[in-house]
Amino acid sequence: MVDSIWRLGYASRFFLLTLLKSGTSFRRFDLIIRELYFTGVLSLIIIIVSGLFVGMVLGLQGYETLQRFGAESAVGTMVALSLVRELGPVVAALLFASRAGSAITAEIGLMKATDQLAAMEMMAVDPIARVVAPRFWAGVISMPFLAALFSVVGVFGGYLIAVVLIGVDEGSFWSQMQNAIDFRYDIVNGIIKTCVFGVAVTAIAVFEGYDASPTAEGVSGATTRTVVTSSLVILGLDFVLTSVMFRGMS
Amino acid sequence: MQRTTMDLWVGFFVMAGIGALLLLALKIGNLGTYSAADSYTLVGSFENIGGLKVRAPIKSAGVVVGRVTDIQLNTETFDAAVTMNIDSRYKFPQDTFASILTSGLLGEQYIGLAAGGDEAFLKSGDKIMKTNSALVLEDMIGRFLFNKASEGNDEKK
Amino acid sequence: MTSETLVEIKGLNFSYGQRSILKGIDMTMLRGKVIAIMGGSGSGKTTLLRLIGGAIRPSSGYVKIAGKIVHELKRDELFKMRRKMSMLFQFGALFTDLSVFDNVAFQMREHTDLSEPMIRDLVLMKLQTVGLRGAHDLMPAQLSGGMARRVALARSIALDPILIMYDEPFTGLDPISLTVIGNLIRRLTDALGMTSIVVTHDVQESLKIVDYIYFVSEGVIAAHGTPAEVRGSVAPFVHQFVHGEEDGPVPFHYPAEPYASDLKLGAGFA
Repeated sequence: MVDSIWRLGYASRFFLLTLLKSGTSFRRFDLIIRELYFTGVLSLIIIIVSGLFVGMVLGLQGYETLQRFGAESAVGTMVALSLVRELGPVVAALLFASRAGSAITAEIGLMKATDQLAAMEMMAVDPIARVVAPRFWAGVISMPFLAALFSVVGVFGGYLIAVVLIGVDEGSFWSQMQNAIDFRYDIVNGIIKTCVFGVAVTAIAVFEGYDASPTAEGVSGATTRTVVTSSLVILGLDFVLTSVMFRGMS
Repeated sequence: MQRTTMDLWVGFFVMAGIGALLLLALKIGNLGTYSAADSYTLVGSFENIGGLKVRAPIKSAGVVVGRVTDIQLNTETFDAAVTMNIDSRYKFPQDTFASILTSGLLGEQYIGLAAGGDEAFLKSGDKIMKTNSALVLEDMIGRFLFNKASEGNDEKK
Repeated sequence: MTSETLVEIKGLNFSYGQRSILKGIDMTMLRGKVIAIMGGSGSGKTTLLRLIGGAIRPSSGYVKIAGKIVHELKRDELFKMRRKMSMLFQFGALFTDLSVFDNVAFQMREHTDLSEPMIRDLVLMKLQTVGLRGAHDLMPAQLSGGMARRVALARSIALDPILIMYDEPFTGLDPISLTVIGNLIRRLTDALGMTSIVVTHDVQESLKIVDYIYFVSEGVIAAHGTPAEVRGSVAPFVHQFVHGEEDGPVPFHYPAEPYASDLKLGAGFA
């Protein structure tokens, strides 16, 4: 118990240090570009494919339920609302944690295990500024993009099922969706959620990597912890954010 | 610093991300159909707003012309003061009638604006004088029973 | 070469919690020399290097480099000092995500404003010194252990340091690579006029290249001297170490109860 509080304190201090030492990353943006490739571009496939399937399932299930009430034209609203408010941010963040978060932890952990971080320190280069901060910011930047892609592809998947396959009227599919989804309340709140998740997941990933014990077991344990901790944190934060954002809305 | 294929991919990724955000805002959301930038405010006071909520649509002849932005209780008159944001493309005469309506039997409540014949138009911040409260189901049933009862009394005479 | 003192260590103590790793170490290292620190596994050699590099603080005593006490330096002063020293880690610790070229160029790009063509020339010169100019666009994963060690060596001399520390530079190398690394350490030390501190337990290779040897055992300096003195030494520890004998002052057996009583061989079983 005392130990985990201790670790939490250390993690917070590490997070603050990362923020304080982020100057280098922004002066040398090529460092971030490089990491954007690893966290963002390499996560594209899993995000797009999952988004498509989640949207298609939502379309099928939504149609199945709504047609009992003769409201099948509202299937677009249902798909889009679920994606923009909840599934987009949450599922994209979960996928991001297991794809990019674990990779970040493993990479930093291995750099520690093979003395690369110590070598950097001995070369008078701060590993937090040079290794941790660029990965952190690349993750924070990628996350909203990935979640937005997830939602858009998901809506397209719903469209494929509902309109192309089942034959719901295309016009009412889009117009009901646009009527029901408010930019400020639904989309902006969804994006805020995504940004919070992005910060949480990458902060956990870089910390677990930096804090890993420098052995093979240490690194694999840290990678597992990244995925488990970030998944729990995402779901917990989602509850908190949802209850703050959407309380008292229609 | 030479350009690398990695830069190309990252460029592609950022473009796709921004494109997705734009699509979310314009195609899936309602930013394309209604924006808060060019709008004006009207205020109406209603005896009872029923289940009206902030963000409820304001329609005239079935067309969405704005949204409810704020609902407060006026503690002097004990009326509900409803603030409405109306798209500035639409002007309404000063004797416009605002009533709280329900879409369908169980649907959401909205404000319907019925234009009058006045020559002068409402300006931003103006108060809509003629309002009609929401129909509350309990009141309706109560009134119906009362009428039935009085009809019965009439027949006995 | 002048023979002024570069590194001075006095009364150095270090302990992890209750466990005492180093007990009262005194050393003097002159400029332009190769100094070996030898000892068995777990005798605190690597800890000593970390203390010299300022990565950890001593419990008492001090390490003085070029007249400055390392653990009293502020972080930016320490970083400034570290630009003039470098360290070769056991397995090279090359940055796995950078090519050989970028590894060697790393410090130049981080610490200097040299133009890219200038960096290119310097990097190729450093790689030429270790004989790997042709490998400059390989990734570390494509290198053999000996080559990786040589690239790491090129990287550690990138900014012409005055002091290089080598942590077990000979571990896991075949005899050819071992000789290559050993000779490189000697040649670079002479050519660049720097000081090399080699932590190792490879006696034969180091006796060939070093100027002075310290033996560390159980946290204290057991013996020291020049290679000639060490070869002729009759001190039991040095003799055991140099000739690689199984038993001696460093016992073969981990401390235990008497063998017979452990095996329950006693009167009761007769």
